[in-house]
Amino acid sequence: MINRRTLIQGSSALAAAFGPLQALAQTVKLPIGNGDRPLVKYPQKRPMIGLTSRPPQLETPFAVFNEGAITPNDAFFVRYHLAGIPLEIDPDTFTVEVKGKVDKPLKLSLAALKSMPSVEIVAVNQCSGNSRGFFEPRVAGGQSANGAMGNARWKGVPLKAILAQAGVQAGAKQVTFNGLDTPVADKTPDFVKALDIDHARDGEVMLAYAMNGQDIPFLNGFPLRLVVPGYYGTYWMKHLSEINVIDTVFDGFWMKTAYRIPDNDCACTEPGTPPKTTIPIGRFSVRSFITSLTDGAKIKAAGATVLKGIAFDGGTGIKDVAVSTDGGKSWQPAKLGQDLGKYSFREWTLPVTLAAGTYALKVRATSNGGKTQPMEPLWNPAGYMRNVVETVNVAAA
Amino acid sequence: MNRSTLLTLAGFATLALGLVAVNAKPVTYTLPDDTAVLKPGPNLDVVQGNCGACHSADYIQTQPRGPKFSKDFWQAEVTKMINVYGAPIEPGDVPKIVDYLTAAY
Repeated sequence: MINRRTLIQGSSALAAAFGPLQALAQTVKLPIGNGDRPLVKYPQKRPMIGLTSRPPQLETPFAVFNEGAITPNDAFFVRYHLAGIPLEIDPDTFTVEVKGKVDKPLKLSLAALKSMPSVEIVAVNQCSGNSRGFFEPRVAGGQSANGAMGNARWKGVPLKAILAQAGVQAGAKQVTFNGLDTPVADKTPDFVKALDIDHARDGEVMLAYAMNGQDIPFLNGFPLRLVVPGYYGTYWMKHLSEINVIDTVFDGFWMKTAYRIPDNDCACTEPGTPPKTTIPIGRFSVRSFITSLTDGAKIKAAGATVLKGIAFDGGTGIKDVAVSTDGGKSWQPAKLGQDLGKYSFREWTLPVTLAAGTYALKVRATSNGGKTQPMEPLWNPAGYMRNVVETVNVAAA
Repeated sequence: MNRSTLLTLAGFATLALGLVAVNAKPVTYTLPDDTAVLKPGPNLDVVQGNCGACHSADYIQTQPRGPKFSKDFWQAEVTKMINVYGAPIEPGDVPKIVDYLTAAY
């Protein structure tokens, strides 16, 4: 039985409404097969690359990443799984419930959370399937290019403090997280995720109520979302409403079956083949991008060109970034920009002077954890964790 | 229109109606309408009724194309929707949906 959610059109004079806006009659062509996408305008967002509309999935236009290390709220990507997304939330009555294996179950209002000591952290959020459209052989799923990622300054309360207030009981193994979004069909598994209890209490996982100094945009999880620094976005529950401490390993669909990667060092398999065993996806692999030039760009020969880009990893921080202008034969170290923390995008720059000709520019980051990017892409059946050394072909004339 | 403008407008509306807004200020969000439409093809109505209940047509439209993304691919996708995501699709509709997807995409 389908319980198609009635979309509530807020009409109350008291409501702060983000009204309907028309889709723009513009399209973009992502550099992947079948990559035509509409450029769409949603409330609180600048024109974004529309992947799907119900539920909404919006990709950040890549040029945004050249604007700075912080991704503006109105350009931050959007990814939902279930079409029953909340469309009316009262921040004054909103609560997050803490229950399960705790001494004192809690129902915390936004005001209560905001009265607690707060922390801030700059952290990248990246979709597990960011760049899935580049997988070869291609795989089913959301066909993103490289714009399902973003970096923001999150403010909120450490989950550790919330759990301490509730009093975690002995034997607790995991904590599950649910948000206000719901499935359309009765039998579709609700989107619930879990973290191990030690991870949940590491002091960095937080309940964020602000993003880049403002309320979190509606489609990014208003008024409260989980922030799991260094981990893929699947764990960053939006519209967070329920925290449940359990003494088992959570076996819900979105942990047990979905969002799993091959259980090996590369999280990869022979292209086109399934893995033998899998584990839940975890931390980001190390990545870097050139943001100042797009593939096919033309630059002035023999003049100074400052190459610019970003790098990040799953939380050890970026040790160095190297750039090649000759397709990977030789590498030069780039200058790293301001350090906004080990979970943030790290900007880099490198001035180069290129004689007339064509060039395959490549960028490769190495993390403080000693990991670097592969020259050839890794593959897995779900299309997760792409982190190949990126190439931008340019012509100098 | 930015949020503060909207809040201001909401405030004016409140005054105009003579209501007292103390704490009641739910934030609403209105999604743009679906714009993607399914291509014409056999059994289009069956596909719209089943697939369109849970997701927009662009979920289908944006999947990869090519020889490997033909009947077997769409059969696997429809099977996944039923077995994994609990889509309440009548068994008799499954071949109709697969045939449509194979022909149209």
